[in-house]
Amino acid sequence: MINIIGAGLAGLSAAMELAEREIPCRLISLQPSERAQSVLAEGGINAALDTMNEHDSPAEHFNDTMRGGCFLADPNAVYGLTSSAPDIVRRLLSLGVPFGLNDKGIVLRNFGGQKKKRTAYSKSSTGKILMTALIDTVRRYESAGLVKRLPHHELIKLRIEKGVCQGAVLRDCYSGECQSLSGQVILALGGLNGLFPGRTTGTTQNTADAAAELFSQGVHFCDLEMLQYHPTTIPIPGKRCLITEAARGEGGRLWISRNGEKWYFMEEKYPELGNLMPRDVVAREMFFVRRQEDTQGEVMLDMTGLSDEIWAKRLSDLRDNIIAHTGLDPKRSPIEVHEGIHYFMGGIAVDEQHRTNISGLYAAGECCGQYHGANRLGGNSMLGAVYGGGVAARTAAEEYAPSDDTAFPAEAGELSAEARPEFNEQLAAILAEGLGIVRSGRKLEEALKKLGELEAVCLREENRSRLGLAMLRSAIARRESRGAHYREDFPETDESFRKMTLARCEGNDADISFQVIPERRTADAASDRN
Amino acid sequence: MLLQIEIERRMSPEHKPYTLTLKYETENKSETVAAMLQSINSNSRRQDAEGKSFEPVRWECSCLQKKCGACAMVINGRPMLACDAKLLEAAKRGRIAIGPLKKFPPVADLIVDRGPMLAALSEAKLWLTEQGLVKAENTDLAFEASRCLQCGCCLEVCPNFYAGGSFMGMAAAMPGSRLLLAAGETDKAALAAEYKKHVYGGCGKSLACRSICPAGIDIEALLVNSNAAAVWKRPWRKK
Repeated sequence: MINIIGAGLAGLSAAMELAEREIPCRLISLQPSERAQSVLAEGGINAALDTMNEHDSPAEHFNDTMRGGCFLADPNAVYGLTSSAPDIVRRLLSLGVPFGLNDKGIVLRNFGGQKKKRTAYSKSSTGKILMTALIDTVRRYESAGLVKRLPHHELIKLRIEKGVCQGAVLRDCYSGECQSLSGQVILALGGLNGLFPGRTTGTTQNTADAAAELFSQGVHFCDLEMLQYHPTTIPIPGKRCLITEAARGEGGRLWISRNGEKWYFMEEKYPELGNLMPRDVVAREMFFVRRQEDTQGEVMLDMTGLSDEIWAKRLSDLRDNIIAHTGLDPKRSPIEVHEGIHYFMGGIAVDEQHRTNISGLYAAGECCGQYHGANRLGGNSMLGAVYGGGVAARTAAEEYAPSDDTAFPAEAGELSAEARPEFNEQLAAILAEGLGIVRSGRKLEEALKKLGELEAVCLREENRSRLGLAMLRSAIARRESRGAHYREDFPETDESFRKMTLARCEGNDADISFQVIPERRTADAASDRN
Repeated sequence: MLLQIEIERRMSPEHKPYTLTLKYETENKSETVAAMLQSINSNSRRQDAEGKSFEPVRWECSCLQKKCGACAMVINGRPMLACDAKLLEAAKRGRIAIGPLKKFPPVADLIVDRGPMLAALSEAKLWLTEQGLVKAENTDLAFEASRCLQCGCCLEVCPNFYAGGSFMGMAAAMPGSRLLLAAGETDKAALAAEYKKHVYGGCGKSLACRSICPAGIDIEALLVNSNAAAVWKRPWRKK
């Protein structure tokens, strides 16, 4: 059996792919799929379906994704993603996802970093609606015995023997008992939110402990400095809450008060895409305009000009959410917004086929560093999760060797002790300080020094420190500005850094090297031209 | 305001439940039960009302914004999401009693095993076997049905539902409703038969679930529509 760790979009997609090939798998998760972070995804999923009379094409989707990611993504992997996108979204439609329809097919909306309407959506709850359809689909395979769910289970560690992943040790969070399972492992763990408790738009069930343990076990990570700050988030108790980019895609505008007047800074500075520039640009501009001496207060998201029809048909759920969390009706008053950590472009390093550096171990979804380069376009995360989960599963299927399905009792050993909340908070504060929207060598070195002084008292804390260290070291090594990584001391993009940072655990330290980005295959480029 | 918080706890399914009483000070109108649980658990010097230390309270949570259903529990007698329950609004004369959902097997403290609710969906064969499509005029209804959190709040108040029973309640009716809207002819017949058996046949029409859904799903409207399609074989009525 193949073991899939994580039951969000990427995990479900991998399970579907394996089941269709009649390869049995375990679908392992801390909580059921309904609680996965994927249900929080809002705005939509990109595919160049060309249903809006704009002459869109997968080649343009490819170009926008590469440009959005500042050419740090693997072009061959991105080509696979963008050329498969139309079929993926049509498949979702056939699973009963209630996308809007017009006479040419699925209705699409505008999203950041893309000039054409390319984002299929279900109001502003697209993630939830896709998850519902995939959960129903996988249920059929569960019933057929092809997918065995292990809910309320936590990954303790991988079983790596002679450089090959032989299986995993899991803990049942209800009973506390551990078991050792055999078989290849597909990781679909989600992003590294858990390193930044209270500071991200993601789920609280992600502690990042699993990723931290994997790093210590020798799994390579890449582009760890690439954290996406979403421009429009609001504080709610315990975390930050996302206001979808669709708010701007449907006509919402950003302004800040300057000398008593509304300054629509994005529209003034970027006349072509305006409020829909890629997220890294918008977030950074918000930071800078707030810092200006002639501006007052916070940046406001103004949706008061949206028509009744847009509110009713496309954003009714967003309006309800904003009212519930802020008490303000966005139809009538602008909302104060702030940048918040939203997505991790980097993660477990994988090749085009989603293999990690360890044989028998694959990764997909936000936990891996694939497709998004230095900055992810809105609408590409769900696409990356569904497509990547499928690719990882196909690769695992091709390399599949049936294993012993017996589960053996195991021990969590030193990993049974949880990290202290106080430690997690201190680590998060250090990382957030060093890895803000605007960074500098000085701030990063200070963070590194503070991290060195932070005392870890258990293995989980040591692991977390090490992964945090790898993030800081990656950001220090990239002495340029690119996408989400902006260095005040190196504000220009330097082409000699058009490489991926690769982080490896070296004892208690993290070794950072730069890896060359693969060249685009000429056959793919040629087929685009035809 | 100083609140008295009473939390029903238990070590494990084998242990007897007991009540933990503690004092909690807040003036913050937006502070939720979820935020309070996070706050007390993250304080390693936590103390109960008598000054005794206690272990962190076990509960499930994920999104903190009413979109995942993980933190469903009973708060002052009403099943709701902890992330949706404002402390100062929920308090009655300065007191808040918090306990686990009662219709599912207990695990520990506020955690129950909602596995039977999800297993029921498999038993009712809630899936498509052929290509589906939601027609343009039905997208709003299918959207609404797709929003079900599988939190279990509606089952908690239902006089007809018990875990493992043949009647599966609105937690099965919602996915059933969505699938009926997407299904082709063959699937529709099979889904309708299951729907009649596991939803329509057991619903006593008490409508206790009508105003309980934390996602605000208009359960009654969806039920009227899916009953029409599955039982009366009438076309979907527009909302």
